[in-house]
Amino acid sequence: MPKLKHLLFSLSLLAVFWYSVHYLEYANPLFAASAQIKIDGSSTVFPITEAVAEEFRSVNRDARITIGVSGTGGGFKKFCAGEIDIANASRPIKPSEVTQCVAKGIAYIELPVAYDGIAVLVHPKNDWVDHLTVQELKKIWEPAAQGKVMRWSQVRPGFPEREIHLFGPGVDSGTFDYFTEAIVGSAAASRGDFTASENDNVLVQGIATDINALGFFGVAYYAYNKDRLKLVPIDDENDANGKGAIAPEYDQVLKGFYQPLSRPIFIYIRKESAARPEIKQFIQFYMKNGGFLSKDVGYIALPERAYRLALDRFEKQKTGSVFGGHGAQVGVDVEALLKKQGQ
Amino acid sequence: MTKPRLFIERSIEAGLFLSALLSVLVTLGIVSVLLVETFGFFKVVPLGDFLTDTEWTPLFSEKHYGILPLFTGTFLTTSIAMVVALPVGLISAIYLSEYASRRVRATLKPMLEILAAIPTVVYGYFALIFVTPLLQKFIPGLSGFNALSPGIVMGIMIVPIISSLSEDAMHAVPSGLKEGGYALGSTRLQVATQVVLPAAFSGIVSSFILGISRAVGETMIVAIAAGLQPRLTLNPLVPIETVTAYIVQVSMGDTPTGTLEYQTIFAAGMSLFLLTFILNILSYLLRKRFREVYD
Repeated sequence: MPKLKHLLFSLSLLAVFWYSVHYLEYANPLFAASAQIKIDGSSTVFPITEAVAEEFRSVNRDARITIGVSGTGGGFKKFCAGEIDIANASRPIKPSEVTQCVAKGIAYIELPVAYDGIAVLVHPKNDWVDHLTVQELKKIWEPAAQGKVMRWSQVRPGFPEREIHLFGPGVDSGTFDYFTEAIVGSAAASRGDFTASENDNVLVQGIATDINALGFFGVAYYAYNKDRLKLVPIDDENDANGKGAIAPEYDQVLKGFYQPLSRPIFIYIRKESAARPEIKQFIQFYMKNGGFLSKDVGYIALPERAYRLALDRFEKQKTGSVFGGHGAQVGVDVEALLKKQGQ
Repeated sequence: MTKPRLFIERSIEAGLFLSALLSVLVTLGIVSVLLVETFGFFKVVPLGDFLTDTEWTPLFSEKHYGILPLFTGTFLTTSIAMVVALPVGLISAIYLSEYASRRVRATLKPMLEILAAIPTVVYGYFALIFVTPLLQKFIPGLSGFNALSPGIVMGIMIVPIISSLSEDAMHAVPSGLKEGGYALGSTRLQVATQVVLPAAFSGIVSSFILGISRAVGETMIVAIAAGLQPRLTLNPLVPIETVTAYIVQVSMGDTPTGTLEYQTIFAAGMSLFLLTFILNILSYLLRKRFREVYD
């Protein structure tokens, strides 16, 4: 019967199609998912992890590494759901995320990778801001400012009557958590009427094209866009750690003078994934080269000792966070970090 | 018909009926999901607050759930788009229908329709990286993210919808009416505006309302170029946020399922759905009212 012939023909066509689509899976064992390294999380840490991945790929041609940018919170959510191997984080893991990880039975190894000074930026043609104090930043960003602090003149007498257009990372961002903790006093306590985006390039674009803009993000994004942005030195009115307004330059952050906006940034590795050879190789490469690569992308490299301690921690598979799973902690300078690592 | 033939006929009919039913079922499914989550949302947030509060900050510590800032954002970008698209679309349609020779029409009409084929993400980056800096040369106070630039680009994107549908409506006017006009000594412009336009009015109004619905629902262009800052303003020169951009912003984040923040997506989606639904009904009623049937 002609109809049966047609049916058999279309079935066999379907079978050929199916097989050809899945050929690679059957033929090439390396195509299996386990050879891939999945990374996601902070947009602040992203430039370092990406630079490391690029260098790693040039010595290991088979390496397949994907890096997402969902924000520290977004990254932890995927990490504690078991969807990724490594989470980029610009703040330590916080209690709700610890609970999620415990619930799913996911243990993590926390490694610091660099030091960041969160940069506060304005448009290059902004000629009235030469520095800002922590109190002024608080006045601009605290929740009570929502709908009320709308003009530059309300920040400091003498500033023009122009509108302030604020740009900052969104609620999924570790930078947002840290900044609000450091400036306002409590993590995620912020006004809601600003342009919020986890994608720092959107923030760069916003600030670089708006003369009334003020924003903040990790200093590496300033380093990439020096000609489009103007850095604002911050004065924490505490002469003990550097007099006057300090900009997040390399030495100032390293010496611990750029406070309170200096902080360590991390990667979190899933203990299960840490057993795989490609992850082991990647992390060893990261710790050996992370120092000069972080410097390369614009962050502050930790001292040699820190990377050795971190690698040691990884090889010993020591899980848990040295910050006790309490989220962002303000004022942890490089020495304090080393002390915690050494414990 | 023979028995097997009849069976095949019946099963084809059933298959076609099921396909039509599928689209109805999918629509019902979407509406019911929206309704369920929105209902959950309004158990916590009073409807009055939702409609009258002037701030929208559901993700931050001081939570406000007023949809007005998002609606004004959508309203701003849609109005600007319509100011661009309506005149250009209608005039192109008049030209293509009344003035253009057959050859010109055959070349120009497909080129106009290419505008509708350009991916909206490309339009979005075009607005952000080309149109905004260009406008900043003429309007010094213009922010990098604003409502004017994506509004204009959305207008360009919608021109083919309006011109194509209006032109089809005008083409459907019987030539007897037009020839009667010419016979009475009218100029082309007089025939176009006083004979054809009124006759094709219902089709033209439909195309306008379709264009408005398209602008209201547009997501990519405004998400890239209009900004992510909800604010209650009619100033097209500052960053704003539309309903659609908010839905994208929250969906791409790590908001846990089932929380109030998660339900805000559905409340926003429901308002958008109601708005386009009302526009569709309006279009249907207007068409019915103004429709002219020719023997």
